[in-house]
Amino acid sequence: MSSETNGTAERFAIGISFGNSSSSIARLNAEGKAEVIANEEGDRQIPSVLSYIDGEEYHGTQAKAQLIRNSKNTVAYFRDYLGKDFKSIDATPCHNSAHPQQSDSTVAFSINDTTDETPNTVTVSEITTRHLRRLKQSASDFLGKQVNAAVITVPTDFKDAQREALIASANAAGLEVLQLIHEPVAAVLAYDARPEAVVTDKLVVVADLGGTRSDAAVVACRGGMYTTLATAHDYELGGATLDKIVVDHFAKEFMKKHKTDPRENARGLAKLKLEGEATRKALSLGTNATLSIESLADGIDYGSTVNRTRYELLSGKVFAQFTGLIDQVVKKADLDVLDIDEVIFSGGTSHTPKIAQLARNIFPEKTNILAPSTFIGAINPSELAPRGAAIQASLIQEFEKEDIEQSIHPMVTATPHLQNAIGVEFTSGETVDFKSLLTAETALPARRLAQFPAPKEGGDVFIRVCEGVREIKVTKPEPKPKEEKPAKTEDDEDDSDFDSDEDEEEEETREIVWKTEKPIAELAVKGVKAGSKVELMVHVNADLGLQITAKEVGGQSAVRGVVEAPKA
Amino acid sequence: MATVQTINVTLPSLPAGWSAEKDFKAVGTVSAPTQRNLEPVGPHFLAHARRKRHHRTFSEDERIQAQQNVKSTEDDEDDDISEDEDAMLLAREAKDWKSQDHYQVLGLTKYRWRATPEQIKRAHRKKVLRHHPDKKAALGDRDENDNFFKCIQKATELLLDPVKRRQFDSVDEAAEVEPPSKKQAAKGNFFKLWRPVFVAEGRFSKNQPVPQLGDENSTQEEVETFYNFWYDFDSWRTFEYLDEDVPDDNENRDQKRHMEKKNANARRKRKTEDTARLRHLVDDCAAGDDRIKKFRKAARADKDKKRLEKEAEIKRLAEEKEAARLAEEQAKKDAEEAAKAEREKNKKAKEAAKNATKKNKRVVKGSVKDVNYFGEGGEPSAAQVDSVLGDIDLVISKVDAEELAGLAERLTAAGKDSAAVKTVYVEEVKRLVGAGKVKEGEAKFFA
Repeated sequence: MSSETNGTAERFAIGISFGNSSSSIARLNAEGKAEVIANEEGDRQIPSVLSYIDGEEYHGTQAKAQLIRNSKNTVAYFRDYLGKDFKSIDATPCHNSAHPQQSDSTVAFSINDTTDETPNTVTVSEITTRHLRRLKQSASDFLGKQVNAAVITVPTDFKDAQREALIASANAAGLEVLQLIHEPVAAVLAYDARPEAVVTDKLVVVADLGGTRSDAAVVACRGGMYTTLATAHDYELGGATLDKIVVDHFAKEFMKKHKTDPRENARGLAKLKLEGEATRKALSLGTNATLSIESLADGIDYGSTVNRTRYELLSGKVFAQFTGLIDQVVKKADLDVLDIDEVIFSGGTSHTPKIAQLARNIFPEKTNILAPSTFIGAINPSELAPRGAAIQASLIQEFEKEDIEQSIHPMVTATPHLQNAIGVEFTSGETVDFKSLLTAETALPARRLAQFPAPKEGGDVFIRVCEGVREIKVTKPEPKPKEEKPAKTEDDEDDSDFDSDEDEEEEETREIVWKTEKPIAELAVKGVKAGSKVELMVHVNADLGLQITAKEVGGQSAVRGVVEAPKA
Repeated sequence: MATVQTINVTLPSLPAGWSAEKDFKAVGTVSAPTQRNLEPVGPHFLAHARRKRHHRTFSEDERIQAQQNVKSTEDDEDDDISEDEDAMLLAREAKDWKSQDHYQVLGLTKYRWRATPEQIKRAHRKKVLRHHPDKKAALGDRDENDNFFKCIQKATELLLDPVKRRQFDSVDEAAEVEPPSKKQAAKGNFFKLWRPVFVAEGRFSKNQPVPQLGDENSTQEEVETFYNFWYDFDSWRTFEYLDEDVPDDNENRDQKRHMEKKNANARRKRKTEDTARLRHLVDDCAAGDDRIKKFRKAARADKDKKRLEKEAEIKRLAEEKEAARLAEEQAKKDAEEAAKAEREKNKKAKEAAKNATKKNKRVVKGSVKDVNYFGEGGEPSAAQVDSVLGDIDLVISKVDAEELAGLAERLTAAGKDSAAVKTVYVEEVKRLVGAGKVKEGEAKFFA
């Protein structure tokens, strides 16, 4: 801990999302809503780029523009190098900027960051410190109060060494790291903190589509507590992949006219990449986007337009990779798409409408796809992680350092989770129905309350608490001749692989069926009035012991019982 | 956590023949759990962590949290402005706003001039919620009288305007604290009686903070600062609030000017009276202040002590001077006597030395005569006698009294032995030559 933040000085904490391509800062405003802070240039997504000219430091968008003229002294895409050794890093994203080098056990960049002629070797930790210092300064300027603490989001695969390196860098920048939280969980928290959100048990897939990499995670939300069930990462897939498609498209068009490849020239490539990225982002909002570059190659100015349909056609394969990643993570968690209640799209690339639409096709009707193109109330995907971090920062800002450490200690976080759902079995005549109270993967101890209507005529009712297992029932409908509509919104020939998927899905209906596995307890509530309701409370201890209470709503007497914990 | 979910499936009736003790029967256990890591994020996790760390159950934790919440709301209530409204106040005419106690209307009599704008705003909101005509109408009160609401509005308007508030505070009689009467002052605790008076008067000071009355242990400096401040009091108190209404029409300008003049005079008069009153009040206070007496007494004692010390000092100095003078005189006298004795002694010694020298010279001169001027067995030649005598005169002239005495002694020892006498002389001459007193060859015979 740095000394100035460890003292009695009051903490003033923000949430930081520190990404490979861009970073964001956020804080809760007076109304208790998380708000992403714009830096001096008005950017809410601040490119994680630092550039140096004559000893002067440029940050964010200004630095990113330097990638064209001053690429040697511009450092970008450095987040994933933090706390790693040189051998294990992938240097491809830095092809266009300062190249990472080996320095002792860490990664460093050789840049002219002073007015001297000779380049200095600056470690990635030092770069991170400088970057965080600029972010801290922007936040302090905006909020009018010195920021001295932060909650920072990290990907789920961040190793301990990387965490330590990040904390050390942040401390060097004068920020006390209250907690490092996982990006997907921050995104879920950002959605759950909306005032209209209700605490429900749900399974969420968070697709974090970033600039240079994409991650997906399955998060179980049980009574407001989050458990990550599975994660999947693709380090090559991201906005940059889509940029490349746009760049190639324009480069080919340019070559047709002028017979030179602008990509062969480093500066031309950098210009194309920068403008191509802007064009791609514009295509997420509008159906047309223009690109114009002065002196692209051989001094020729270039301007062109592309429409969204064309772009979506070209990117079809890459889009399929995104949805493939989502599919993969669901399978990895041993789940079915039918189990997923929500899909949250996070990260800048999630603005692309087509990706969310494709996800819509994968998941059943009841699944909410939280992306701008499919859900009106969606939060800006780029702002999810910083918002979540800001919410967490506001929650733990008042805590003692020790309290935070104790709360995130494995002793507290490692908890038993239910293997199967616990619910009530209804037998009416032949049919056996099961309604779950506590779903699988609920962290223990847990408690649920439920009300059931009693039979119309009243009298004694019977409650049977048991474990349930969900099964996927596949029913094939009668094959009926169906005519494919010839005119669909997109060209069928190009992305036939999607359509074949859809066709298969349309042929069979899949649904979730609950099956009672193992009875746990039986109880009776006697003398229930007609039209009344019965309230059932199930409390599962950490040792799997159960306390079950049932009573008539408004009634005095209750039936109580205890189920012993199973002998290990 | 305790949200109730409603499941719309009717519960089955109790199957016939099912029975159990206390209507409950455990028939199985839950399957083994999977260990997973919770994400340490979000309010519900923090609640979970709290429960787990403090080993609380759900209901315990809920109770403790609820208690904490209740406590905080109670604190809020405590802070609130809640005073009873009597019927007299509620029946006030809004027209008569000049004579109304604005603080009482807003229920701020506890605070008065201490009330912050924030408190005034809150008090206003609270009162309006209760007395708004719409509210009354909604409650079924057919009374169209919204006088008290107007009173509230007027009071708030006035108290939230800093200038008008000062004007009202200046003449807010209810905030004044009467100085203790002579009788009270004689009996009661001086500080207890006077402190609130000065706190109340202090509100008019342009210079803040106002020095406090202090207590019996205050230092003289503090007490002096206090009285200097009050005798030098710079007050913002104005009496505009008591002005008579100036006719607002343009019809009678003379009348208007007359009223303005009258008001200005009245204000000036009141201000002078107020200054005099305050002066009088401070005089009264100072008169009863034991500390001043104490300090005076102390000062007097100090002065006396100083005077005595000074006198003693003068006396001591005089004595010392006299003693010094006597000592000096004595020393002088002694010195004179000593000098006299010395002189006489010197004189005697000189004479003795003179005599001794004479005698020695005689011995020296006689010594050569005794050895017959070194004539070898006969009369010495006149020249020899001459040179011998010449040498002896030379020697005598060159030696001092002591050497002469030494020489005389040696010569006496040599007696009448001519050779020995000569040797003595030769040695003497040699010594003198060595000492550089006699030049080589100057002595002729004793060379």
